[in-house]
Amino acid sequence: MFIDSHTHMISRTTDDYQRMAAAGIVACIEPAFWLGQPRTSVGSYIDYLSLICGFERFRAGQFGLRHYCTIGLNSKEANNEELAEAVMEILPRYALKEGVVAIGEIGYDEQTALEDKYYRLQLELAKELHLPVMVHTPHRDKRRGTLRSMEVAKEHGLDPGYVVIDHNNEETVRDVLDRGFWAAFSIYPFTKMGNERMVEIVRTYGAERIFCDSACDWGVSDPLAVPKTAELMRRGGISEDQIRKVTFENPLAAYGQSGQIKESDWLEPPAIDQRTLYMGNSVLRGGQAPVVDERASDNLKIV
Amino acid sequence: MNKGLASPSGLLETWVAERCPAAASKWFRDQLALLRANPSDKTTYLALGYATRRLGKDDLTLSAEDLASAERARAGWDPSDWSVDQAARLAFILASYDVDASRFRDRLEQLFRTADVGELITFYRGLPLYPEPQLHIARAREGARSGMQPIFEAVAHRNPYPAEQFDENSWNHMVLKALFIGSTLAPIQGLDRRANPTLMRMLCDYAHERWAAGRAVSPELWRCVGPHADQEALDDLGRVLKTGDDRDRQAAALALGTASSSAAKRLLDTVPSLAAETKSGRLTWATFAAT
Repeated sequence: MFIDSHTHMISRTTDDYQRMAAAGIVACIEPAFWLGQPRTSVGSYIDYLSLICGFERFRAGQFGLRHYCTIGLNSKEANNEELAEAVMEILPRYALKEGVVAIGEIGYDEQTALEDKYYRLQLELAKELHLPVMVHTPHRDKRRGTLRSMEVAKEHGLDPGYVVIDHNNEETVRDVLDRGFWAAFSIYPFTKMGNERMVEIVRTYGAERIFCDSACDWGVSDPLAVPKTAELMRRGGISEDQIRKVTFENPLAAYGQSGQIKESDWLEPPAIDQRTLYMGNSVLRGGQAPVVDERASDNLKIV
Repeated sequence: MNKGLASPSGLLETWVAERCPAAASKWFRDQLALLRANPSDKTTYLALGYATRRLGKDDLTLSAEDLASAERARAGWDPSDWSVDQAARLAFILASYDVDASRFRDRLEQLFRTADVGELITFYRGLPLYPEPQLHIARAREGARSGMQPIFEAVAHRNPYPAEQFDENSWNHMVLKALFIGSTLAPIQGLDRRANPTLMRMLCDYAHERWAAGRAVSPELWRCVGPHADQEALDDLGRVLKTGDDRDRQAAALALGTASSSAAKRLLDTVPSLAAETKSGRLTWATFAAT
Protein backbone atom coordinates (compact mmCIF):
# COMPACT_ATOMS: atom_id res chain seq x y z
CA MET A 1 0.00 0.00 0.00
CA PHE A 2 1.21 3.48 -0.87
CA ILE A 3 0.06 7.03 -0.18
CA ASP A 4 0.91 9.77 -2.64
CA SER A 5 0.72 12.84 -0.44
CA HIS A 6 1.03 15.47 -3.17
CA THR A 7 -1.04 15.08 -6.35
CA HIS A 8 -2.98 17.58 -8.49
CA MET A 9 -5.44 15.02 -9.74
CA ILE A 10 -7.72 17.58 -11.38
CA SER A 11 -5.07 17.72 -14.15
CA ARG A 12 -4.71 13.96 -14.50
CA THR A 13 -6.61 11.48 -16.63
CA THR A 14 -8.59 8.40 -15.74
CA ASP A 15 -5.67 6.34 -17.09
CA ASP A 16 -3.57 7.78 -14.30
CA TYR A 17 -6.13 6.83 -11.67
CA GLN A 18 -6.28 3.29 -13.03
CA ARG A 19 -2.52 2.92 -13.05
CA MET A 20 -2.18 4.40 -9.57
CA ALA A 21 -4.77 1.99 -8.15
CA ALA A 22 -3.14 -0.93 -9.96
CA ALA A 23 0.26 0.07 -8.53
CA GLY A 24 -1.11 -0.12 -4.98
CA ILE A 25 -1.73 3.56 -4.22
CA VAL A 26 -4.67 3.64 -1.81
CA ALA A 27 -4.86 7.34 -1.04
CA CYS A 28 -3.80 10.62 -2.58
CA ILE A 29 -3.72 14.14 -1.21
CA GLU A 30 -4.53 17.10 -3.44
CA PRO A 31 -3.04 20.34 -2.13
CA ALA A 32 -4.84 23.52 -3.14
CA PHE A 33 -2.62 25.36 -5.59
CA TRP A 34 -2.87 27.68 -8.58
CA LEU A 35 -4.00 26.38 -11.97
CA GLY A 36 -0.82 27.03 -13.93
CA GLN A 37 -2.07 30.57 -14.41
CA PRO A 38 -3.40 33.00 -11.83
CA ARG A 39 -7.08 33.19 -10.99
CA THR A 40 -8.72 36.56 -11.41
CA SER A 41 -11.60 36.29 -8.96
CA VAL A 42 -12.61 34.65 -5.72
CA GLY A 43 -15.46 32.95 -7.55
CA SER A 44 -13.08 30.71 -9.44
CA TYR A 45 -11.31 29.98 -6.17
CA ILE A 46 -14.58 28.89 -4.57
CA ASP A 47 -15.35 26.59 -7.47
CA TYR A 48 -11.84 25.16 -7.32
CA LEU A 49 -11.99 24.42 -3.59
CA SER A 50 -15.44 22.90 -4.05
CA LEU A 51 -14.05 20.77 -6.86
CA ILE A 52 -11.23 19.30 -4.81
CA CYS A 53 -13.61 18.66 -1.89
CA GLY A 54 -16.32 17.39 -4.19
CA PHE A 55 -16.14 16.02 -7.70
CA GLU A 56 -12.47 15.03 -7.54
CA ARG A 57 -13.11 13.03 -4.38
CA PHE A 58 -15.96 11.26 -6.10
CA ARG A 59 -13.87 10.65 -9.23
CA ALA A 60 -11.00 9.13 -7.25
CA GLY A 61 -13.42 6.89 -5.35
CA GLN A 62 -14.63 5.37 -8.59
CA PHE A 63 -11.10 4.11 -9.23
CA GLY A 64 -10.61 2.78 -5.73
CA LEU A 65 -8.50 5.66 -4.41
CA ARG A 66 -9.36 7.67 -1.35
CA HIS A 67 -8.90 11.35 -2.08
CA TYR A 68 -7.97 14.02 0.47
CA CYS A 69 -7.00 17.63 0.06
CA THR A 70 -5.38 20.59 1.73
CA ILE A 71 -6.93 24.04 1.74
CA GLY A 72 -5.01 27.27 1.37
CA LEU A 73 -4.02 30.34 -0.57
CA ASN A 74 -0.87 29.55 -2.54
CA SER A 75 2.16 31.81 -2.53
CA LYS A 76 1.86 32.88 -6.16
CA GLU A 77 -1.70 34.15 -5.87
CA ALA A 78 -0.94 35.73 -2.50
CA ASN A 79 0.62 38.50 -4.58
CA ASN A 80 -2.79 39.62 -5.87
CA GLU A 81 -3.92 41.44 -2.76
CA GLU A 82 -7.54 41.94 -3.73
CA LEU A 83 -7.91 38.25 -4.56
CA ALA A 84 -5.93 37.19 -1.51
CA GLU A 85 -8.15 39.16 0.87
CA ALA A 86 -11.29 37.61 -0.60
CA VAL A 87 -9.81 34.11 -0.47
CA MET A 88 -8.83 34.51 3.18
CA GLU A 89 -12.49 35.29 3.92
CA ILE A 90 -13.70 31.99 2.48
CA LEU A 91 -10.92 29.65 3.66
CA PRO A 92 -12.56 28.96 7.05
CA ARG A 93 -15.59 27.61 5.22
CA TYR A 94 -13.42 24.92 3.63
CA ALA A 95 -10.82 24.17 6.26
CA LEU A 96 -13.13 21.85 8.19
CA LYS A 97 -14.55 19.96 5.23
CA GLU A 98 -14.33 16.21 5.40
CA GLY A 99 -10.98 14.94 4.14
CA VAL A 100 -9.14 18.25 4.52
CA VAL A 101 -5.87 17.07 6.07
CA ALA A 102 -3.92 20.33 6.26
CA ILE A 103 -3.71 24.00 5.49
CA GLY A 104 -1.58 24.14 2.34
CA GLU A 105 0.25 24.34 0.16
CA ILE A 106 1.34 27.68 1.52
CA GLY A 107 4.68 29.44 1.88
CA TYR A 108 6.94 31.49 -0.34
CA ASP A 109 7.46 31.86 -4.06
CA GLU A 110 9.47 35.07 -4.51
CA GLN A 111 9.45 35.85 -0.78
CA THR A 112 7.50 39.10 -1.19
CA ALA A 113 5.85 41.06 1.61
CA LEU A 114 2.40 39.90 0.53
CA GLU A 115 3.48 36.26 0.44
CA ASP A 116 4.82 36.70 3.94
CA LYS A 117 1.60 38.31 5.17
CA TYR A 118 -0.71 35.56 3.92
CA TYR A 119 1.66 32.77 4.93
CA ARG A 120 1.54 34.07 8.49
CA LEU A 121 -2.24 34.52 8.50
CA GLN A 122 -2.69 30.96 7.33
CA LEU A 123 -0.30 29.59 9.94
CA GLU A 124 -2.56 31.23 12.51
CA LEU A 125 -5.63 29.63 10.92
CA ALA A 126 -3.96 26.20 11.04
CA LYS A 127 -3.10 26.73 14.69
CA GLU A 128 -6.64 27.77 15.55
CA LEU A 129 -8.14 24.71 13.83
CA HIS A 130 -5.42 22.26 14.98
CA LEU A 131 -4.61 21.33 11.41
CA PRO A 132 -1.23 20.31 10.02
CA VAL A 133 0.44 22.61 7.50
CA MET A 134 1.86 21.70 4.10
CA VAL A 135 4.61 24.17 3.17
CA HIS A 136 5.52 24.65 -0.47
CA THR A 137 9.18 25.65 -0.56
CA PRO A 138 10.23 28.01 -3.36
CA HIS A 139 11.86 26.68 -6.51
CA ARG A 140 14.19 29.70 -6.67
CA ASP A 141 16.38 30.83 -3.79
CA LYS A 142 15.29 27.55 -2.27
CA ARG A 143 17.53 27.14 0.74
CA ARG A 144 16.92 30.63 2.12
CA GLY A 145 13.21 30.35 1.43
CA THR A 146 13.03 26.99 3.18
CA LEU A 147 14.85 28.25 6.26
CA ARG A 148 12.62 31.30 6.39
CA SER A 149 9.46 29.16 6.10
CA MET A 150 10.53 27.21 9.17
CA GLU A 151 11.60 30.25 11.17
CA VAL A 152 8.26 31.95 10.59
CA ALA A 153 6.34 28.79 11.47
CA LYS A 154 8.23 28.58 14.76
CA GLU A 155 7.75 32.28 15.38
CA HIS A 156 3.99 31.69 15.18
CA GLY A 157 4.26 28.92 17.73
CA LEU A 158 3.55 25.98 15.44
CA ASP A 159 4.75 22.58 16.56
CA PRO A 160 7.25 21.42 13.87
CA GLY A 161 5.65 17.98 14.14
CA TYR A 162 2.54 19.53 12.58
CA VAL A 163 4.40 21.06 9.64
CA VAL A 164 5.44 19.27 6.45
CA ILE A 165 8.15 21.00 4.43
CA ASP A 166 7.66 19.79 0.86
CA HIS A 167 9.83 19.81 -2.29
CA ASN A 168 13.06 19.22 -0.39
CA ASN A 169 16.41 18.36 -1.94
CA GLU A 170 19.90 17.42 -0.74
CA GLU A 171 20.57 21.05 0.17
CA THR A 172 17.61 21.47 2.51
CA VAL A 173 16.95 18.10 4.09
CA ARG A 174 19.46 18.36 6.94
CA ASP A 175 18.11 21.73 8.13
CA VAL A 176 14.54 20.50 8.01
CA LEU A 177 15.18 17.29 9.95
CA ASP A 178 17.37 19.06 12.51
CA ARG A 179 14.56 21.44 13.30
CA GLY A 180 12.04 18.67 13.84
CA PHE A 181 9.86 19.26 10.76
CA TRP A 182 8.63 16.59 8.34
CA ALA A 183 10.70 16.48 5.15
CA ALA A 184 8.81 15.56 1.98
CA PHE A 185 10.42 15.04 -1.41
CA SER A 186 8.65 15.50 -4.72
CA ILE A 187 9.99 13.02 -7.26
CA TYR A 188 10.07 14.52 -10.74
CA PRO A 189 11.19 12.62 -13.83
CA PHE A 190 13.77 15.16 -15.02
CA THR A 191 14.25 18.00 -12.56
CA LYS A 192 14.18 18.55 -8.83
CA MET A 193 14.38 15.09 -7.27
CA GLY A 194 14.87 11.94 -9.31
CA ASN A 195 14.00 8.51 -7.94
CA GLU A 196 17.66 7.48 -7.52
CA ARG A 197 18.45 10.59 -5.55
CA MET A 198 15.60 9.71 -3.23
CA VAL A 199 17.14 6.30 -2.57
CA GLU A 200 20.40 8.01 -1.62
CA ILE A 201 18.56 10.39 0.72
CA VAL A 202 17.02 7.48 2.60
CA ARG A 203 20.36 5.69 2.67
CA THR A 204 21.97 8.80 4.18
CA TYR A 205 19.27 10.15 6.47
CA GLY A 206 17.17 7.08 7.25
CA ALA A 207 13.38 7.07 7.18
CA GLU A 208 12.38 9.08 10.24
CA ARG A 209 10.15 12.03 9.29
CA ILE A 210 11.00 11.60 5.59
CA PHE A 211 8.55 10.74 2.83
CA CYS A 212 8.17 11.10 -0.91
CA ASP A 213 5.38 12.19 -3.24
CA SER A 214 4.88 12.64 -6.98
CA ALA A 215 3.59 16.25 -7.02
CA CYS A 216 2.00 15.18 -10.32
CA ASP A 217 0.18 18.03 -12.03
CA TRP A 218 -0.25 19.47 -15.52
CA GLY A 219 3.47 19.40 -16.27
CA VAL A 220 5.73 16.45 -17.03
CA SER A 221 5.38 14.40 -13.88
CA ASP A 222 4.78 10.80 -12.93
CA PRO A 223 1.80 9.71 -10.84
CA LEU A 224 3.59 6.40 -10.26
CA ALA A 225 6.62 8.09 -8.73
CA VAL A 226 5.95 6.76 -5.22
CA PRO A 227 5.58 3.05 -6.09
CA LYS A 228 8.50 3.31 -8.52
CA THR A 229 10.69 4.87 -5.87
CA ALA A 230 9.67 2.09 -3.48
CA GLU A 231 10.79 -0.45 -6.05
CA LEU A 232 14.11 1.34 -6.57
CA MET A 233 14.67 1.46 -2.82
CA ARG A 234 14.00 -2.27 -2.64
CA ARG A 235 16.55 -2.96 -5.38
CA GLY A 236 18.95 -0.62 -3.62
CA GLY A 237 18.81 -2.69 -0.46
CA ILE A 238 16.70 -0.33 1.65
CA SER A 239 14.75 -2.29 4.26
CA GLU A 240 11.03 -3.01 3.83
CA ASP A 241 10.41 -1.23 7.09
CA GLN A 242 12.04 1.96 5.84
CA ILE A 243 10.32 1.75 2.47
CA ARG A 244 6.97 1.48 4.18
CA LYS A 245 7.73 4.51 6.32
CA VAL A 246 8.77 6.69 3.39
CA THR A 247 5.93 5.71 1.07
CA PHE A 248 3.06 5.14 3.48
CA GLU A 249 3.45 5.44 7.24
CA ASN A 250 5.07 8.85 7.50
CA PRO A 251 2.61 10.82 5.36
CA LEU A 252 -0.18 9.01 7.20
CA ALA A 253 1.31 9.99 10.56
CA ALA A 254 1.93 13.61 9.53
CA TYR A 255 -1.44 14.31 7.93
CA GLY A 256 -3.28 11.86 10.20
CA GLN A 257 -2.92 14.49 12.93
CA SER A 258 -5.85 16.23 11.24
CA GLY A 259 -8.04 13.25 12.21
CA GLN A 260 -9.17 13.24 8.58
CA ILE A 261 -7.07 10.42 7.11
CA LYS A 262 -6.73 6.97 8.63
CA GLU A 263 -6.05 3.47 7.44
CA SER A 264 -9.60 2.34 8.11
CA ASP A 265 -10.80 4.81 5.44
CA TRP A 266 -9.73 2.31 2.79
CA LEU A 267 -9.49 -0.93 4.79
CA GLU A 268 -12.88 -0.69 6.52
CA PRO A 269 -14.69 2.28 5.00
CA PRO A 270 -17.91 3.41 6.72
CA ALA A 271 -21.00 1.74 5.28
CA ILE A 272 -22.34 5.06 4.02
CA ASP A 273 -19.16 5.62 1.99
CA GLN A 274 -19.22 2.11 0.57
CA ARG A 275 -22.76 2.69 -0.66
CA THR A 276 -22.05 6.06 -2.19
CA LEU A 277 -18.49 7.29 -2.56
CA TYR A 278 -15.90 4.59 -2.54
CA MET A 279 -15.75 1.68 -4.92
CA GLY A 280 -12.90 -0.03 -3.11
CA ASN A 281 -9.40 -0.72 -4.30
CA SER A 282 -9.14 -3.64 -6.68
CA VAL A 283 -5.60 -4.34 -5.48
CA LEU A 284 -6.82 -4.67 -1.92
CA ARG A 285 -9.84 -6.67 -2.99
CA GLY A 286 -8.12 -9.06 -5.35
CA GLY A 287 -4.84 -9.27 -3.46
CA GLN A 288 -2.96 -9.42 -6.76
CA ALA A 289 0.58 -8.09 -7.04
CA PRO A 290 0.72 -4.33 -7.62
CA VAL A 291 1.64 -3.33 -11.16
CA VAL A 292 4.34 -0.69 -11.45
CA ASP A 293 5.33 -1.42 -15.02
CA GLU A 294 4.14 0.91 -17.76
CA ARG A 295 1.33 -0.43 -19.88
CA ALA A 296 3.63 -1.96 -22.49
CA SER A 297 1.16 -4.69 -23.35
CA ASP A 298 -1.65 -2.15 -23.69
CA ASN A 299 0.09 0.06 -26.19
CA LEU A 300 -1.30 -1.57 -29.28
CA LYS A 301 -4.60 -2.69 -27.90
CA ILE A 302 -7.47 -1.08 -29.76
CA VAL A 303 -10.68 -0.91 -27.84
CA MET B 1 -44.66 12.93 24.53
CA ASN B 2 -46.76 11.33 21.84
CA LYS B 3 -44.20 9.88 19.46
CA GLY B 4 -46.74 9.72 16.69
CA LEU B 5 -46.82 13.51 16.43
CA ALA B 6 -43.07 14.15 16.42
CA SER B 7 -41.76 16.59 13.82
CA PRO B 8 -38.98 15.59 11.41
CA SER B 9 -36.48 17.78 13.25
CA GLY B 10 -37.57 16.32 16.60
CA LEU B 11 -37.07 12.80 15.26
CA LEU B 12 -33.65 13.63 13.83
CA GLU B 13 -32.54 15.07 17.15
CA THR B 14 -33.73 12.04 19.08
CA TRP B 15 -32.13 9.54 16.69
CA VAL B 16 -28.75 11.29 16.72
CA ALA B 17 -28.68 11.87 20.48
CA GLU B 18 -29.66 8.25 21.20
CA ARG B 19 -26.82 6.92 19.09
CA CYS B 20 -23.94 9.04 20.39
CA PRO B 21 -21.92 8.85 23.60
CA ALA B 22 -22.85 11.43 26.23
CA ALA B 23 -20.15 13.98 25.38
CA ALA B 24 -20.92 13.90 21.66
CA SER B 25 -24.62 14.05 22.38
CA LYS B 26 -24.12 17.10 24.56
CA TRP B 27 -22.06 18.80 21.86
CA PHE B 28 -24.85 18.06 19.38
CA ARG B 29 -27.55 19.57 21.60
CA ASP B 30 -25.37 22.59 22.39
CA GLN B 31 -24.97 23.32 18.67
CA LEU B 32 -28.73 23.05 18.17
CA ALA B 33 -29.30 25.57 20.95
CA LEU B 34 -26.73 27.95 19.46
CA LEU B 35 -28.30 27.70 16.03
CA ARG B 36 -31.79 28.28 17.37
CA ALA B 37 -30.62 31.36 19.23
CA ASN B 38 -28.59 32.81 16.37
CA PRO B 39 -27.91 30.95 13.14
CA SER B 40 -24.85 33.01 12.23
CA ASP B 41 -22.54 31.95 9.42
CA LYS B 42 -19.80 30.95 11.80
CA THR B 43 -22.02 28.85 14.08
CA THR B 44 -23.49 27.09 11.08
CA TYR B 45 -20.16 26.31 9.39
CA LEU B 46 -18.59 25.10 12.60
CA ALA B 47 -21.53 22.86 13.47
CA LEU B 48 -21.67 21.39 9.98
CA GLY B 49 -17.88 21.12 9.75
CA TYR B 50 -17.44 19.30 13.04
CA ALA B 51 -20.43 16.98 12.60
CA THR B 52 -18.52 14.03 11.14
CA ARG B 53 -15.61 14.60 13.53
CA ARG B 54 -17.74 14.72 16.66
CA LEU B 55 -20.52 12.30 15.80
CA GLY B 56 -19.02 9.87 13.28
CA LYS B 57 -20.55 8.43 10.15
CA ASP B 58 -22.19 5.25 11.39
CA ASP B 59 -25.45 4.19 9.83
CA LEU B 60 -28.52 5.30 11.76
CA THR B 61 -30.02 1.82 11.29
CA LEU B 62 -33.53 2.92 12.16
CA SER B 63 -36.11 0.45 13.44
CA ALA B 64 -39.40 -0.24 11.67
CA GLU B 65 -41.04 1.86 14.36
CA ASP B 66 -38.67 4.79 13.68
CA LEU B 67 -39.39 4.57 9.97
CA ALA B 68 -43.12 4.56 10.69
CA SER B 69 -42.66 7.72 12.78
CA ALA B 70 -40.78 9.28 9.87
CA GLU B 71 -43.62 8.44 7.51
CA ARG B 72 -46.15 9.96 9.91
CA ALA B 73 -44.06 13.10 10.39
CA ARG B 74 -43.64 13.64 6.68
CA ALA B 75 -45.35 11.42 4.11
CA GLY B 76 -42.82 9.70 1.87
CA TRP B 77 -39.81 10.60 4.01
CA ASP B 78 -37.51 7.56 3.93
CA PRO B 79 -34.33 7.89 6.03
CA SER B 80 -33.73 4.11 5.99
CA ASP B 81 -30.18 4.42 4.66
CA TRP B 82 -29.15 7.66 6.37
CA SER B 83 -26.07 7.98 8.55
CA VAL B 84 -25.66 9.74 11.90
CA ASP B 85 -23.75 12.72 10.45
CA GLN B 86 -26.41 13.22 7.77
CA ALA B 87 -29.19 13.27 10.34
CA ALA B 88 -27.21 15.65 12.55
CA ARG B 89 -26.38 18.06 9.75
CA LEU B 90 -30.00 18.22 8.67
CA ALA B 91 -31.08 18.75 12.28
CA PHE B 92 -28.67 21.72 12.35
CA ILE B 93 -30.03 23.12 9.14
CA LEU B 94 -33.62 22.80 10.28
CA ALA B 95 -32.74 24.36 13.64
CA SER B 96 -31.67 27.52 11.84
CA TYR B 97 -35.15 28.02 10.34
CA ASP B 98 -36.87 31.02 11.86
CA VAL B 99 -40.18 31.35 9.95
CA ASP B 100 -38.60 33.19 7.02
CA ALA B 101 -38.53 30.53 4.30
CA SER B 102 -36.76 32.62 1.66
CA ARG B 103 -33.99 33.55 4.07
CA PHE B 104 -33.72 29.85 4.91
CA ARG B 105 -33.43 29.07 1.20
CA ASP B 106 -30.77 31.75 0.65
CA ARG B 107 -28.67 30.47 3.53
CA LEU B 108 -29.05 26.90 2.36
CA GLU B 109 -27.98 27.95 -1.14
CA GLN B 110 -24.75 29.39 0.30
CA LEU B 111 -24.13 26.08 2.05
CA PHE B 112 -24.74 24.17 -1.17
CA ARG B 113 -22.26 26.35 -3.04
CA THR B 114 -19.36 25.58 -0.73
CA ALA B 115 -20.37 22.01 0.17
CA ASP B 116 -18.11 18.97 0.03
CA VAL B 117 -19.42 15.83 -1.56
CA GLY B 118 -20.74 14.35 1.70
CA GLU B 119 -22.57 17.56 2.50
CA LEU B 120 -24.09 17.71 -0.98
CA ILE B 121 -25.55 14.24 -0.55
CA THR B 122 -26.91 15.24 2.85
CA PHE B 123 -28.42 18.55 1.78
CA TYR B 124 -30.16 16.94 -1.20
CA ARG B 125 -31.50 14.15 0.99
CA GLY B 126 -33.01 16.86 3.16
CA LEU B 127 -35.17 18.28 0.34
CA PRO B 128 -38.48 16.86 1.65
CA LEU B 129 -37.87 18.47 5.05
CA TYR B 130 -37.33 22.08 4.03
CA PRO B 131 -40.06 24.72 4.45
CA GLU B 132 -41.86 26.01 1.35
CA PRO B 133 -40.81 23.12 -0.89
CA GLN B 134 -41.40 25.05 -4.13
CA LEU B 135 -38.54 27.41 -3.23
CA HIS B 136 -36.05 24.56 -3.69
CA ILE B 137 -37.01 23.30 -7.15
CA ALA B 138 -34.09 24.90 -9.02
CA ARG B 139 -31.61 23.47 -6.51
CA ALA B 140 -33.22 20.02 -6.70
CA ARG B 141 -33.01 20.11 -10.49
CA GLU B 142 -29.34 21.00 -10.18
CA GLY B 143 -28.83 17.86 -8.11
CA ALA B 144 -30.69 15.73 -10.62
CA ARG B 145 -28.37 17.05 -13.34
CA SER B 146 -25.26 16.03 -11.38
CA GLY B 147 -22.70 13.78 -13.00
CA MET B 148 -21.96 12.27 -9.61
CA GLN B 149 -24.18 9.27 -9.15
CA PRO B 150 -24.49 9.54 -5.35
CA ILE B 151 -25.57 13.18 -5.67
CA PHE B 152 -28.10 12.31 -8.35
CA GLU B 153 -29.42 9.48 -6.21
CA ALA B 154 -29.71 11.74 -3.16
CA VAL B 155 -32.39 13.59 -5.11
CA ALA B 156 -33.89 10.74 -7.10
CA HIS B 157 -33.91 7.80 -4.68
CA ARG B 158 -36.06 7.31 -1.56
CA ASN B 159 -37.09 10.90 -1.81
CA PRO B 160 -40.69 12.10 -2.21
CA TYR B 161 -39.60 15.55 -3.41
CA PRO B 162 -39.22 15.04 -7.19
CA ALA B 163 -42.59 13.34 -7.66
CA GLU B 164 -44.23 16.15 -5.70
CA GLN B 165 -42.43 19.13 -7.23
CA PHE B 166 -40.87 18.35 -10.61
CA ASP B 167 -42.72 19.35 -13.75
CA GLU B 168 -43.11 16.73 -16.44
CA ASN B 169 -39.96 17.58 -18.35
CA SER B 170 -37.81 17.57 -15.22
CA TRP B 171 -39.35 14.34 -14.07
CA ASN B 172 -38.86 12.63 -17.40
CA HIS B 173 -35.23 13.65 -17.63
CA MET B 174 -34.57 12.45 -14.11
CA VAL B 175 -35.96 9.00 -14.91
CA LEU B 176 -34.07 8.78 -18.19
CA LYS B 177 -30.89 9.97 -16.54
CA ALA B 178 -31.18 7.29 -13.84
CA LEU B 179 -30.99 4.66 -16.58
CA PHE B 180 -28.35 6.57 -18.52
CA ILE B 181 -25.90 6.67 -15.63
CA GLY B 182 -26.48 3.05 -14.66
CA SER B 183 -28.61 3.80 -11.63
CA THR B 184 -31.89 2.09 -10.78
CA LEU B 185 -35.55 3.11 -11.04
CA ALA B 186 -37.12 1.08 -8.23
CA PRO B 187 -36.05 3.47 -5.41
CA ILE B 188 -37.64 6.45 -7.22
CA GLN B 189 -40.87 7.37 -5.45
CA GLY B 190 -44.00 8.01 -7.54
CA LEU B 191 -42.64 6.18 -10.57
CA ASP B 192 -45.98 4.67 -11.61
CA ARG B 193 -48.08 7.69 -10.71
CA ARG B 194 -45.92 10.06 -12.78
CA ALA B 195 -45.68 7.83 -15.88
CA ASN B 196 -46.68 9.75 -19.01
CA PRO B 197 -46.76 9.32 -22.81
CA THR B 198 -43.74 11.60 -23.42
CA LEU B 199 -41.60 9.61 -21.00
CA MET B 200 -42.81 6.38 -22.63
CA ARG B 201 -41.55 7.66 -26.01
CA MET B 202 -38.24 8.94 -24.59
CA LEU B 203 -37.56 5.58 -22.98
CA CYS B 204 -38.43 3.54 -26.07
CA ASP B 205 -36.16 5.78 -28.17
CA TYR B 206 -33.43 5.26 -25.61
CA ALA B 207 -33.92 1.48 -25.80
CA HIS B 208 -33.51 1.66 -29.58
CA GLU B 209 -30.29 3.66 -29.19
CA ARG B 210 -28.92 1.01 -26.85
CA TRP B 211 -29.98 -1.83 -29.15
CA ALA B 212 -28.33 -0.07 -32.11
CA ALA B 213 -25.09 0.11 -30.13
CA GLY B 214 -25.36 -3.56 -29.23
CA ARG B 215 -25.81 -2.73 -25.55
CA ALA B 216 -28.17 -4.17 -22.99
CA VAL B 217 -31.30 -2.29 -21.92
CA SER B 218 -32.19 -2.21 -18.23
CA PRO B 219 -35.44 -4.18 -17.91
CA GLU B 220 -36.67 -1.60 -15.39
CA LEU B 221 -37.13 0.77 -18.32
CA TRP B 222 -40.36 -0.99 -19.35
CA ARG B 223 -42.03 -0.09 -16.08
CA CYS B 224 -42.59 3.50 -17.26
CA VAL B 225 -43.49 2.37 -20.76
CA GLY B 226 -46.33 -0.03 -19.94
CA PRO B 227 -49.09 2.32 -18.76
CA HIS B 228 -48.89 4.51 -21.88
CA ALA B 229 -47.63 2.02 -24.44
CA ASP B 230 -48.63 2.82 -28.02
CA GLN B 231 -48.39 0.33 -30.88
CA GLU B 232 -44.70 1.02 -31.45
CA ALA B 233 -43.97 0.45 -27.78
CA LEU B 234 -45.97 -2.78 -27.90
CA ASP B 235 -43.79 -3.89 -30.79
CA ASP B 236 -40.74 -3.21 -28.62
CA LEU B 237 -42.25 -5.18 -25.74
CA GLY B 238 -43.04 -8.01 -28.18
CA ARG B 239 -39.40 -7.99 -29.23
CA VAL B 240 -38.30 -8.21 -25.59
CA LEU B 241 -40.64 -11.14 -24.95
CA LYS B 242 -39.13 -12.95 -27.93
CA THR B 243 -35.45 -12.13 -27.56
CA GLY B 244 -34.87 -11.08 -23.94
CA ASP B 245 -33.56 -13.12 -21.04
CA ASP B 246 -35.75 -14.19 -18.12
CA ARG B 247 -35.63 -10.84 -16.38
CA ASP B 248 -36.29 -8.90 -19.57
CA ARG B 249 -39.33 -11.08 -20.22
CA GLN B 250 -40.61 -10.68 -16.67
CA ALA B 251 -40.31 -6.90 -16.99
CA ALA B 252 -42.08 -6.89 -20.35
CA ALA B 253 -44.90 -8.98 -18.92
CA LEU B 254 -45.24 -6.65 -15.94
CA ALA B 255 -45.32 -3.66 -18.28
CA LEU B 256 -47.96 -5.26 -20.46
CA GLY B 257 -50.02 -5.98 -17.34
CA THR B 258 -50.32 -2.23 -16.76
CA ALA B 259 -51.21 -1.38 -20.37
CA SER B 260 -54.87 -0.89 -21.07
CA SER B 261 -55.22 -1.70 -24.77
CA SER B 262 -56.62 -4.98 -26.01
CA ALA B 263 -53.52 -5.37 -28.20
CA ALA B 264 -51.43 -5.34 -25.02
CA LYS B 265 -53.63 -8.00 -23.46
CA ARG B 266 -53.31 -10.19 -26.55
CA LEU B 267 -49.54 -9.82 -26.46
CA LEU B 268 -49.44 -10.77 -22.77
CA ASP B 269 -51.57 -13.84 -23.51
CA THR B 270 -48.77 -15.11 -25.80
CA VAL B 271 -46.77 -15.82 -22.63
CA PRO B 272 -49.39 -17.56 -20.47
CA SER B 273 -47.12 -18.55 -17.56
CA LEU B 274 -45.75 -15.01 -17.11
CA ALA B 275 -49.26 -13.61 -17.55
CA ALA B 276 -50.48 -15.87 -14.75
CA GLU B 277 -47.65 -14.76 -12.46
CA THR B 278 -48.42 -11.09 -12.93
CA LYS B 279 -52.15 -11.59 -12.50
CA SER B 280 -51.75 -13.63 -9.32
CA GLY B 281 -49.46 -10.99 -7.80
CA ARG B 282 -46.59 -13.45 -7.44
CA LEU B 283 -44.63 -11.20 -9.81
CA THR B 284 -44.85 -7.46 -9.15
CA TRP B 285 -42.43 -4.58 -9.71
CA ALA B 286 -41.58 -4.85 -6.03
CA THR B 287 -40.71 -8.55 -6.20
CA PHE B 288 -38.89 -7.88 -9.47
CA ALA B 289 -36.71 -5.21 -7.85
CA ALA B 290 -36.01 -7.42 -4.85
CA THR B 291 -34.58 -10.28 -6.92
